[in-house]
Amino acid sequence: MNTVTVGTGTCGLAAGAGKVVREFERVLAVHAVRGVEVRETGCLGMCYAEVLVEVADHESRWLYGRVSPDRVPRIVLEHVLGGTPVRDWVLLENGEGPEAAFLKRQRHIVLRNCGAIDPRSIDDYLARDGYRALERVLRTMSPEEVIELVGASGLRGRGGAGFPTGTKWRLARAAPGDEKYIICNADEGDPGAFMDRSVLEGDPHSVLEGMLVGAYAIGARHGYIYCRAEYPRALEMLRSAIDQATRRGYLGDHILGTDFSFTVMLKEGAGAFVCGEETALIASIEGKRGMPRLRPPYPAVSGIWGKPTSINNVETFANLPWIVLNGAEPFAAMGTGRSRGSKVFAMAGKVKRTGLVEVPMGITIDEIVFGVCGGTVNDKPFKAVQMGGPSGGCIPASLGGTQIDYEQINQTGAIMGSGGMIVMDDSTCMVEMARFFLEFTQNESCGKCTSCRIGSLRMLEILERIVEGKGRDGDVELLAELGAQIRETASCGLGQTAPNPVLTTIRYFRDEYEAHIRDKRCPARSCALLVNYVIDSARCTGCQLCVKDCASGAIYGEKKQAHVIDQVKCVKCGKCITMCNLDAIEKH
Amino acid sequence: MDRTAEIRFGAGAGLPKLNVDLWRYRREPGQLIPLLQTAQDTYGYISETAIGYISGVTGIPESEVYGVITFYQQFRLRPLGRYLIRICDGTACHVNNAKMLIGMLEDELHLESGDTTADGVFTVQPVACLGCCSLAPVIMVNHETYGRLTPQALRRIIRKYRTEAAAGKRDDA
Repeated sequence: MNTVTVGTGTCGLAAGAGKVVREFERVLAVHAVRGVEVRETGCLGMCYAEVLVEVADHESRWLYGRVSPDRVPRIVLEHVLGGTPVRDWVLLENGEGPEAAFLKRQRHIVLRNCGAIDPRSIDDYLARDGYRALERVLRTMSPEEVIELVGASGLRGRGGAGFPTGTKWRLARAAPGDEKYIICNADEGDPGAFMDRSVLEGDPHSVLEGMLVGAYAIGARHGYIYCRAEYPRALEMLRSAIDQATRRGYLGDHILGTDFSFTVMLKEGAGAFVCGEETALIASIEGKRGMPRLRPPYPAVSGIWGKPTSINNVETFANLPWIVLNGAEPFAAMGTGRSRGSKVFAMAGKVKRTGLVEVPMGITIDEIVFGVCGGTVNDKPFKAVQMGGPSGGCIPASLGGTQIDYEQINQTGAIMGSGGMIVMDDSTCMVEMARFFLEFTQNESCGKCTSCRIGSLRMLEILERIVEGKGRDGDVELLAELGAQIRETASCGLGQTAPNPVLTTIRYFRDEYEAHIRDKRCPARSCALLVNYVIDSARCTGCQLCVKDCASGAIYGEKKQAHVIDQVKCVKCGKCITMCNLDAIEKH
Repeated sequence: MDRTAEIRFGAGAGLPKLNVDLWRYRREPGQLIPLLQTAQDTYGYISETAIGYISGVTGIPESEVYGVITFYQQFRLRPLGRYLIRICDGTACHVNNAKMLIGMLEDELHLESGDTTADGVFTVQPVACLGCCSLAPVIMVNHETYGRLTPQALRRIIRKYRTEAAAGKRDDA
């Protein structure tokens, strides 16, 4: 028995991985076990089964799921010491077992090291061909050849817009000027997306190596990583990776004894979604309010400090070492049309297996939702997926055959986006969903251009009145008209795409809008003011918890007897639902 | 010529006396946001005095410093409670009933989101996304993250910190 590895990404830690690590160390010490190493690694992808622990010896690897500290002693005694795995808790044995379906359709390129290495150990990274791509590039390739290779691989920006990376680099290289910069956009702001966080936490060196390759290609000597402050763990891993890479000579002057020098600076974001937009990000690094400016000039010509700058996303960079080492062909062999390689998705919402998946481009939405992620929670009817966050849209279940491909996704009205995929079942109200995203973009609007600042507010007001049951005839048409105008006239990507969640839900779920407006009814039984709260007399034990907390005195009943809610007095605040320990209060 | 200036906080009114060097300001452009972050890390918020200091040292007008502070969500102009509860209202948390939890928290602590309780123990701040979507709904109390929350679990967490705060107070006295 050699190693016990615990996944301590943010998701693992949130589920209690820190306690599990300490418990393993404690139990191993109590039994005076020698020769067993407790290691930590990043996100293993199967966030739905956190805390994840892998027990491995020379021949086999067993992955345990949902490990709590009280399960640790049995794993140590029976498995680590006794040699017999605790079968009931094993998810995977050498990649086989009940959860193997989750991994079968996946193809790990970006996530090749996530969950396999200790992100704080540069030696772990080196042992898995780390910095070999950098070595190959510096010793055997000219910058032009690197750009040629990346262009041939068909890699497109994974931050959302899908601009070909090779072309971006070619422009930055060709731009006049000696001083050039490369920036890693790690300001992952889409609510519902956590791919970049997982990569930064689990494999920070691959991002640095990608940046080095890019810096060599465009001729940059300095770079920035702009990472959001809400990711303390990612920042910690990046700091340690930069530190180690500098000490080993992969960053700094005369890297690997060549003429190539490169330094990188970590910039902590201060909380503004719009800073994911490249010109706003540059303004923020320069210490200003993060407001976008009109393009052109594009950053490739005039970026940070007015110098040519290439801005690429975390996932884009993480792909690069693999492409350099394996060649453009294997990468381009995956996918369809103009979408090549793989894409990482963060699966969340009402889906059984939430977590991180990396699939080859070209597989369908249905294959991801059902094949990889096992369908919806409790097998409720699958209604839609939301892709692209506040800039994207809802794709209905009827279009589940749509392939993961930039152009095909665009045709649905959504966008590929950075990779957040939120699965919705019949309990999600699509009007409320649209309102939620618009509230978000409205909040995050920088206020520079009128159509975004005021237009999105007007749209939000209309949506608010619809979900409150005060919608009017003509509201849907008004939303569509406003949306089209904002799309045409807003000055940056945030504003231009802000109407997308509304426009796609109108396109596919117009009946839900009509139900809210005409019948004052929420088909998903989600909008608080359009439902009635009812106590299920079979489940209510008359504990009176809800009675005490009902501010409007709408709940009646004797102790130990089923209670009733007075629908006239009820103000629909929903507080009783949060009080009930028995799930006895339902929405009708 | 030595272009490094050191900033010391402590001389100004309303700031605790500190004898440590907080940071070195190298007169590089683009340092305003890191300066503000350091000030906030040290004091929990950015006071008027701090704005004056930073403006004086960097030569950036106070109005512009203020403009940058109010643009970013991270910066606060008022002191924080002992426990900062960041409650996530990202998409995944939203479809898993985060709104209800936010309402519950406001109710339980008798405050509006963004405010601090009268006893200075809790500050509640809804945030756009903590990136823990697979464990939705999620909150973060200071640096501790809690996932898969239910109303009951959230109440337990609040109770835990309340007890901790009360115990801390007794220690202080």
